Amino acid sequence: MSKILNYDLVVVGGGPAGMAAALSAMDNGIPEENIIILERADRLGGILEQCIHTGFGLTYFGEELSGPEYAQRFIDLVEKTKIAVKTDTMVLNLTKDNQVICSNRDDGIYTINAKAIILAMGCRERPRGALDIAGSRPAGVMSAGAAQKYVNIDGYMPGHKVVILGSGDIGLIMARRMTLEGAKVECVCEVMPYSGGLQRNIVQCLEDFDIPLYLSCTVIQVHGKDRVTGVTIANVDDKMLPIPGTERYIECDTLMLSVGLIPENELSQQIGLEMDPVTRGPKVNEMRETSHKGVFACGNVLQVHDLVDFVTQESQIAGKGAAQFIKGAPEPEYVNCKGINGVRYTVPQRINKNNEEEVKIYFRVANVYKDKRVVVTVGGKELWNRKKIKLAPGEMENVFIKPEDLKEMKAGDEIVVSVEEA
Amino acid sequence: MVYDVAIIGAGVVGTLIARAFSKYDMNVVLIEKTADVAMGTTKANSGIVHAGFDAQSGTMKAKLNVRGCALMEDLCKELFVPYEKNGSLVVAFNDQELETIKVLYDRGITNGVPDMEIIDAAKLRELEPNISEEAKGALWAKSAGIVSPYELAIAAAECACGNGVEFKRNFDVDAITFADGVFSVKCKCGCEVAAKVVINAAGLGAAEIAKKFNGEEYEVIGRLGEYGLLDRSCAGTCSHTIFQCPNEMGKGVLVTPSCHHNILVGPSSVNVDDVDDMSVRVGALRQIFATAQKSVPIVSTRDMITSFAGIRAHHVDDDFIITPAKDNDKFINLIGIESPGLASSPAIAEYVEEMVINTIGKPVEKANYNPSRKAPVVFRELPPEKQEALIAENPAYARVICRCETITEGEIRDAIKAPAGAIDIDGVKRRTRAGMGRCQGGFCGSKVLEILAEELNLPKEDITKFGGESKIIYERTK
Repeated sequence: MSKILNYDLVVVGGGPAGMAAALSAMDNGIPEENIIILERADRLGGILEQCIHTGFGLTYFGEELSGPEYAQRFIDLVEKTKIAVKTDTMVLNLTKDNQVICSNRDDGIYTINAKAIILAMGCRERPRGALDIAGSRPAGVMSAGAAQKYVNIDGYMPGHKVVILGSGDIGLIMARRMTLEGAKVECVCEVMPYSGGLQRNIVQCLEDFDIPLYLSCTVIQVHGKDRVTGVTIANVDDKMLPIPGTERYIECDTLMLSVGLIPENELSQQIGLEMDPVTRGPKVNEMRETSHKGVFACGNVLQVHDLVDFVTQESQIAGKGAAQFIKGAPEPEYVNCKGINGVRYTVPQRINKNNEEEVKIYFRVANVYKDKRVVVTVGGKELWNRKKIKLAPGEMENVFIKPEDLKEMKAGDEIVVSVEEA
Repeated sequence: MVYDVAIIGAGVVGTLIARAFSKYDMNVVLIEKTADVAMGTTKANSGIVHAGFDAQSGTMKAKLNVRGCALMEDLCKELFVPYEKNGSLVVAFNDQELETIKVLYDRGITNGVPDMEIIDAAKLRELEPNISEEAKGALWAKSAGIVSPYELAIAAAECACGNGVEFKRNFDVDAITFADGVFSVKCKCGCEVAAKVVINAAGLGAAEIAKKFNGEEYEVIGRLGEYGLLDRSCAGTCSHTIFQCPNEMGKGVLVTPSCHHNILVGPSSVNVDDVDDMSVRVGALRQIFATAQKSVPIVSTRDMITSFAGIRAHHVDDDFIITPAKDNDKFINLIGIESPGLASSPAIAEYVEEMVINTIGKPVEKANYNPSRKAPVVFRELPPEKQEALIAENPAYARVICRCETITEGEIRDAIKAPAGAIDIDGVKRRTRAGMGRCQGGFCGSKVLEILAEELNLPKEDITKFGGESKIIYERTK
């Protein structure tokens, strides 16, 4: 018979989201010895451990830290508590009655009965296969994150002459990293007419190193039998199809992909959580509770963030929500949130109208907009609006809803966020 | 040492032939040009066990397909290879195609195909709710199935090598000579194998090897087929293998479940000159999916997790040529083994075994022959009590390396240690599925590389994706 453990709160994932959520649950009244964090890697910290560049913590700590430094601040806090931490531990299954079944080398397979579960599994990179890139399948095609691990953790060069497809932040960071390690980064190609990365990364990682960024341009073919020998790139039209005659060949030994991140929701789907097709994460309320009672989600498993600082803030909300749930909270009455007119999604997707604090609604826009207004309406009535000089898909935005406004709404009302003319 | 039999080519045909001879008390060697088994046509095809109504009656294709299809289920059970008898459907969209499926049915009867039925649109929709509304009827062949082609070759190689067959990788045949009843097969690297019988099962390279031996020429065309593989979340798309009516370039674009619950869409069919270039052509996938949507409208490139291409060797006579070389009945050529080559492979092995025995006489059978192999551990499919027992025995089974497919460190180490085991990243992938999932090795690639380096006692930078110069990493950072 396998081991059965009992905890108030099980946190799946020991990255920045999981750690902040666990600490927040403790701060909100859950006894520390009744909280456990399960992490599949051999230490806490998540993907931050390989992000050795700076730029983390400007919002949350008001200082500029590297990824491992940012993670270490939370690791230190967790280690000072009696919160249980199991590393090298993989969660195999979740059940609908909030059991977590996991496995590791020391304990074998065991079951944890939880009062509440926080999902904080993070996200993964989209692979090549998801793109229609023709050509051969040689070594040397890798995700930017995989390359980052080879360079920063394992200490090996994964290539010398690099083309990067996709201008997401990891791609931009790796353009600089590979250059600093002595590789030649030929270019970054972005299929969209704008970059999906942070403006500061375009300046600091590409422009400072004279690495060209080709917009509305993609890799259409990979060449090479054993290892990549080159790629063919081409400009694309407004339907993102290659424009004949614009093809050009670039010699390289590595194609790095930074073509989007996908929340890792295999476990969420096992228990049938209601999912948002746009974020590809679970739908949640303002405390980040999913459609399944007592199951919460935060960080990149919920929506892909651009800054870890926001992940921390979101996870603190989830930790607080889980604590309230464990202690027993009254039945919520929901109003729904949605984005239209250039707003691709909102998180949360619904809000308890009896919530007594200000609620931040996060969203991303579908395109680059200049001189517009972000408007929040309820039942056609404008609740809030703010002028924005620039909105871009690469930068997560937010709006506030005041508790007094929530109180006036009726259950089933819809809060609509949209981009309007200034 | 002079081997009794040398088999050139470790695809599904070569490995099954090696297994067939491994039951006899004889010295057998299996020679492979690349670093692993199943690296040619075997690696990239539809994985279909065709029922046998496609080939013209009286051909080798017809005969060996029907026989192979009948043998496949038991063989896969014996070798622990994923197989499912899911049945196939050839869908007709108009009156002319309704006639075509009748012709196929009659041909199937002549060829000896069991369990066929012509069904109407209503029955078809009952079997496949996602079939196009335009479908008018179908030929349902219940004996058809799906198999994991590369796993069949890997299993056959493990069985053969477990029974004493020697496996030589990276042996690129340069020349073959014959003197005093012994063949000398020379590798481009200079090493040499001597054997009394040579079986040329080199797939795409078989015609060239035949020519190298005695100048005989076979007219073989390389035919490229491109595929898209869909995420497991699309598993409910269809349960049968869904064909459209065949044309002069083959059986057309199909939509089928794979043994691992993905959906496979393809292949295209184009003649190519360079049989080493398995590149997917620009724009090809858009075309394939447009064609596939004719039978199953919901398939979409949006759900694709990978695409690939394979090349099959098509002989101009549109048949398998399995025949001794002119003037030497101990050198046997297998030419033009294209579809239904996989379905036929167990029967081809049987046929070649008999052919050789007729020439050299029946050898003594080994007393301790094992027709199977060590059952591979598939951790994710075991019930919890078995998982626990395994972990108690070896804690490496508790460490999940590939998150997408739930593949453990224990399974990866087993795949490397097996007879004719994995020596590169793709070899581990084909044997265990580590890296086959949604992230396509993004997370587990570097861990698999570490385990390979450790098990093979090699520096990490020497580990390749699939042999040759397919290095993953270079020198250390400064």
